Amino acid sequence: MGYSGFKVFLEGLRGNTGWKPVWRDPAPKAHYDVIIIGGGGHGLTTAYYLAKNHGITNVAVLERGYLGGGNVGRNTTIVRANYLLPGNSEFYSHSLKLWEGMEQELNYNTMMSQRGILNLAHSDGQMDAFARRGNQMRLQGDDAVLLDAQGVRDHASFLNFDSQRFPIRGGLLHGRGGTARHDAVAWGYARGADQFGVDLIQNCEVTGFKIEAGVVKGVETTRGSISAGKVGMAVAGRTSQVAAMAGLRLPVESHALQAFVSEGLKPVVPGVVTFGMGHFYVSQSDKGGLVFGGDLDFYNSYAARGNMPAMEHVMEAGMAMMPMLGNAKLLRGWGGIMDMSMDGSPIIDRTPVQNLYLNGGWCYGGFKATPASGWCYAHLLATDQPHPVASRFTLNRFETGQLLDEEGTGPRPNRH
Amino acid sequence: MRVETGGNRLNRDRAVRFTLNGVSRAGLAGDTLSAALLADGQVLQGRSFKYHRPRGPVTAGSEEPNALFTLGQGGAQMPNMRGTTQEIFDGLQAATQNHVGSLRHDAMAVNDLFSRFLSAGFYYKTFMWPRAFWERVYEPIIRAAAGLGALSGEDSVERYDRAWAHCDLLIIGSGPAGLMAALTAGRRGERVLLVEEDMRLGGRLDAESFAIGDDTGAVWAAGIAAELASLPNVRVMTRTTVTGAYDGGTYGAYERVGEHLGTIPDGAPRGCFWRIVAGRAILAGGAHERMIGFPNNDRPGIMQASAVRAYLHRYGVAPARRIAVFGNNDNAWRTVTDLQAAGVEVTALIDTRDGVTPTVDCPVYTGAQVVETRGRLGLRNLDVRDANGVHRVEAECLAVSGGWNPSVHLTCHMNGRPIWRDDIAAFVSVAGSVPNLQAIGAANGDFSTAAALRAGVEAGGGGEVPKAEDGPVNITPFWHVTGVKGRQWLDFQNDVTVKDVTLAHRENFRSVEHMKRYTTLGMATDQGKLSNVGGLAVLAELAGREIPDVGTTTFRPPYTPVPVAALAGRTARGQFQPHRLTPSDGLSRERNASFVEAGQWHRAAWFPEGEETTWKQSADREVGWVRNAVGVCDVTTLGKIDVQGPDAVRLLDLIYAGKMSTLKPGKVRYGLMLREDGLVMDDGTCARLGDDRYVITTTTAAAGEVMAHVEFCTQALHPEWQVSAVSVTDQWAQFAVAGPQSSALLQGLLGHELTDAEWPFMGCGPVQIGGVAGRLFRISFSGEMAYEIAVPARYGDALARELTARAQALGGGLYGMEALNILRVEKGFITHAEIDGRISADDLGMGRMVSPSKDCIGKVMSQRDGLHGPQRKQLVGLRAVGEGRLLSGAHLFDVGVEPAPDADWGHVSSACVSPSLGAIALGFVVNGRARHGEQIRALDLLRGNDVICEICDPVFMDPEGGRMRG
Amino acid sequence: MRINCPLCGARDLREFSYLGDARLADRPAADASAQDWQDYVYLRDNPAGPHAELWQHAQGCRAWLRVRRNTVTHEILSVERTR
Repeated sequence: MGYSGFKVFLEGLRGNTGWKPVWRDPAPKAHYDVIIIGGGGHGLTTAYYLAKNHGITNVAVLERGYLGGGNVGRNTTIVRANYLLPGNSEFYSHSLKLWEGMEQELNYNTMMSQRGILNLAHSDGQMDAFARRGNQMRLQGDDAVLLDAQGVRDHASFLNFDSQRFPIRGGLLHGRGGTARHDAVAWGYARGADQFGVDLIQNCEVTGFKIEAGVVKGVETTRGSISAGKVGMAVAGRTSQVAAMAGLRLPVESHALQAFVSEGLKPVVPGVVTFGMGHFYVSQSDKGGLVFGGDLDFYNSYAARGNMPAMEHVMEAGMAMMPMLGNAKLLRGWGGIMDMSMDGSPIIDRTPVQNLYLNGGWCYGGFKATPASGWCYAHLLATDQPHPVASRFTLNRFETGQLLDEEGTGPRPNRH
Repeated sequence: MRVETGGNRLNRDRAVRFTLNGVSRAGLAGDTLSAALLADGQVLQGRSFKYHRPRGPVTAGSEEPNALFTLGQGGAQMPNMRGTTQEIFDGLQAATQNHVGSLRHDAMAVNDLFSRFLSAGFYYKTFMWPRAFWERVYEPIIRAAAGLGALSGEDSVERYDRAWAHCDLLIIGSGPAGLMAALTAGRRGERVLLVEEDMRLGGRLDAESFAIGDDTGAVWAAGIAAELASLPNVRVMTRTTVTGAYDGGTYGAYERVGEHLGTIPDGAPRGCFWRIVAGRAILAGGAHERMIGFPNNDRPGIMQASAVRAYLHRYGVAPARRIAVFGNNDNAWRTVTDLQAAGVEVTALIDTRDGVTPTVDCPVYTGAQVVETRGRLGLRNLDVRDANGVHRVEAECLAVSGGWNPSVHLTCHMNGRPIWRDDIAAFVSVAGSVPNLQAIGAANGDFSTAAALRAGVEAGGGGEVPKAEDGPVNITPFWHVTGVKGRQWLDFQNDVTVKDVTLAHRENFRSVEHMKRYTTLGMATDQGKLSNVGGLAVLAELAGREIPDVGTTTFRPPYTPVPVAALAGRTARGQFQPHRLTPSDGLSRERNASFVEAGQWHRAAWFPEGEETTWKQSADREVGWVRNAVGVCDVTTLGKIDVQGPDAVRLLDLIYAGKMSTLKPGKVRYGLMLREDGLVMDDGTCARLGDDRYVITTTTAAAGEVMAHVEFCTQALHPEWQVSAVSVTDQWAQFAVAGPQSSALLQGLLGHELTDAEWPFMGCGPVQIGGVAGRLFRISFSGEMAYEIAVPARYGDALARELTARAQALGGGLYGMEALNILRVEKGFITHAEIDGRISADDLGMGRMVSPSKDCIGKVMSQRDGLHGPQRKQLVGLRAVGEGRLLSGAHLFDVGVEPAPDADWGHVSSACVSPSLGAIALGFVVNGRARHGEQIRALDLLRGNDVICEICDPVFMDPEGGRMRG
Repeated sequence: MRINCPLCGARDLREFSYLGDARLADRPAADASAQDWQDYVYLRDNPAGPHAELWQHAQGCRAWLRVRRNTVTHEILSVERTR
């Protein structure tokens, strides 16, 4: 069923009784060409692009809970393509382009709002680092502007420019960056995949793999055994757990990341502002809540909740950068489990088990990658070849040393 | 309106003056803002979020979704403050929110007329064309309409604190259960902390007409409070809300220290965020009364029955002259008798249950429902439907009781889920959901006063239980009226109605999380305290399932919203992170230095003199001093680690790529540290002071990380080694004395000659500086003949001044970070601009420094193919050809080739304009060591800089090192 | 979260810093296989449940600690010094 303003008007007149389910609730079939484990953002986009780009529609997405209930439903909704390293740069550039056409492609308003992302700099060294990154972005065909202090002031005058510790010297503005309505992204792709005939199966937990002579043949689930030609994992924070069922040990740790929202407020923050030195970033949702977050809780965790010290640190940093924030009230904090990889970059690759594929290690950058992750993972699943823009996201780069370490912090997952 | 009876919180003799929307208003001491307005006949106190419907208070507590106000102005302006908990004081400035025009005539209320087109999630289905219109047209309109209150835009000015509290037993809530638990445990000698959200102890005891023993509830509570105050082991905190349960028996709590005061006493904060560490905890936070869904159930004047009783008993306020009561349980009935006792007319008791006989003296409808209400800005009348038909009831207030939800929130903050109890039609917590936290009383579904008292005594350790009412609730669940037209509100603030939930279900948003996210039910500022269970019930009904099968959404902290400033405490302002000052900070200020942040340190960047107007003029002069005379620079910020013990040398061999075991006493060696993954962690010097004693330096930025790394090596990797390592960064002040006259300067200072034989290049040893034991190192970060001299930090300021005076006498003086940077770039010395965590020893041309004859951290992994070889970017020097300067951050391309990602050979990492060498830089170029002499283009698209340069050796100045060797 | 430091007693989480899996204390020999080194530096069990891990009482006595902790409930099961 197509969506439009006219349709909303028409349905309004008839009491909104004509709207149809956005997806079916099919029972699992005995066999699929491809099974995607995980009905989060990446799993849903993978299924969608398998069908759309590769014509593979005998696909099931198996979701333990509800669709979009993973990190796509608990992030701070930021979309950007501002990476430094070749390997990441072209991938996120591709992703941003997909974001820009998403609503028309899906016929679903994901509220992609390109109000810009501003990274703040406090020293000459940081300005130089931003210049290096901004040049990479421009080379990649994306936008980047290096602002001086006055330029930052023109963009966001409410910031604390004269902090003794972190005076604002300038910033890197990425105008095409912004935010999107996270749940809508999951729902839009779910609806799209469903329309292509993909089976989205909720409340279906994978409990094991059927592996014969090093080849995966299907999965065991809480809703029975399902066979498959190929199986792809897209389970974010649970990556190690699911992979372990196939006997794999991965360069991934699971860590909790918190995010916060204030009570609703009239518009006050334009776009996204990040205060990297304080591990703080903020934007404002269309509902008016200030959405902000910071660094990881630092220790391995599967408890999707945050600790108090990290929460306090975010508030300190927020007020240090944006002193008016103090008078907003914190409404809600939440935590998600991040699959932190050993170099901070993702993995989209084959595994040592034939026909079993891995999409993981997204750290806390998974949301903005959602469309391109599915695009490239679908390409890999369909063709057995890495997509050109994701060719460096290999599993064996840790053996060869061809690392993609944006932060330069080495094999310390909690520092990426 | 104010009534004669009740008002146990009031001081009727003291009027309080405040303003609402700039108009002077009055209440009585003890009133909340909402109570004062109700007493004044104003039920309309807000507007809803989406449709801008007129709204009045629904509650008398912190779960209030409607009566939100903006208090104060400027930097003290606080939006979204609950009128139902805000105590009034003289001079309070309040403003209503979320309306365009006046509160009574809100232009945005037009949204309500179009509500049929604005159903749940309508925005996902439209606003997609044309594409550019989202940011330019649609979104700005939506954003302007959304939000509730506003920040002033000014910096937050009021002071907040954070604090710690420790106790054996934390009791959350001081109703009958909490009070008895505190008293019982307190008498037994436990260290008790009793925390109450309200302004005094007692919970609902002062909001009801029950007696406990021979006293009224309020009097009894006051008696217990007095005894608790006399117990030294019991601490009581009022106006304090426990906001979250965290791991390890830690709780967060927000104390509203001064929010109820016109003038906050000197030294007191406005609020304080407490971290409470408790051996065990009792949740006695009571319960929230539910509303019921019926058409237009959101009109001002429709509120919880319990809120009506609270306004009556606490504040002597009847929300209207004529009040009707609507409920599904026995509990609702006492609203009738309480109101009548205060002389308020009760026009009807409407009970959804058939076959009950309420013991009240007013018109009674049983098996009945409210099926319509009327009144534009406040309730005027309502229609009641029973077996005999539909009846008009006149009432300006409707007291609603849909049953009670135990406040289980804190018990679910660690991912626990509550379970459903059919007998009370409510969710209760599962024991152990939060370790050592036990819910009791109404918070555990024991709704009668007697049951709460019993539970409190038991949880406190046992004893005698006072007598009190023990009435059963007798609830028959009733969630919303069916078979009627009209919108029935579930979430009052976000304007989510039964129709919205129905639509979500129709579109297959049937998981409770989908329903919440699609409709926004429960996402308002009350976090669903008033709406969630009703929404679940509707969803369950639509799905033909039981409520427990539908499940609940996740409870998250904070329990009630907390000012960000309180969570940040004092550390927010200027003290967000430590700010470390060097020993020469005072001297530098006297010399008008400009400063730069270096990690946590505040370091002098340059020292302007005479007519100099730019940093470059000063830095060039300072460079000249070092190159031609002598300069003095504070290098205290470098990390310093004292390493001692018979196995010290084994430790050093492990942490450094190079071999340190061959280092002789009295000598210093440059060292490169790798991470275990084979990439460079840091660099610095290692000085052997004695047989088993070394002092090593780190870069300023990596001092903390290297220290922890060294401790990891000594404690975790090799606990068997006899070695000890201690950070002495703060203990020693250290200064570079650099330049051709450096020896002369130091000879004058020390009073003896510094011969090359005794103090060779890379030599070190103890020295006496005017009776102070210090250390001298003949090392150079500038390429000149240079030393670093160290004294205990307390002599640092004196030494800095002495060195500076002597340098001036020799034609030099202080130099800062800018000059230091030029000097080190000229010499090709690296910093963290080069070793950025992605660089291998081989990239730096230091591959051979990784000793083949011993193991070290990172050695094995550094041998991976990907970490060395011509395909990697290697450190090079870059020298501009012709005019122009180089900029760090520029990327490098072949001359005449279109810049593109796959034509990108590298980048500029550190650039400067050397007074003697012109525009030079360090940078990284793929296979750069083989490309010396080639031309390459440094292009900075961001700053519009495009310069041809020549690739060269990174050491521009004195490559043979003759100058520093002397 | 609170960690019972053997030297200092129970202290709040914020005094401690975290490294990771306790196997990081079992460094392979220089001549161990490439796979052993790969396992040590990069691969992790990352269990959901009890996890032996390394912490340092960084804002306290600087002791490195071997802590067993449940990564699902955050319950601390045991704490001992590495030395």
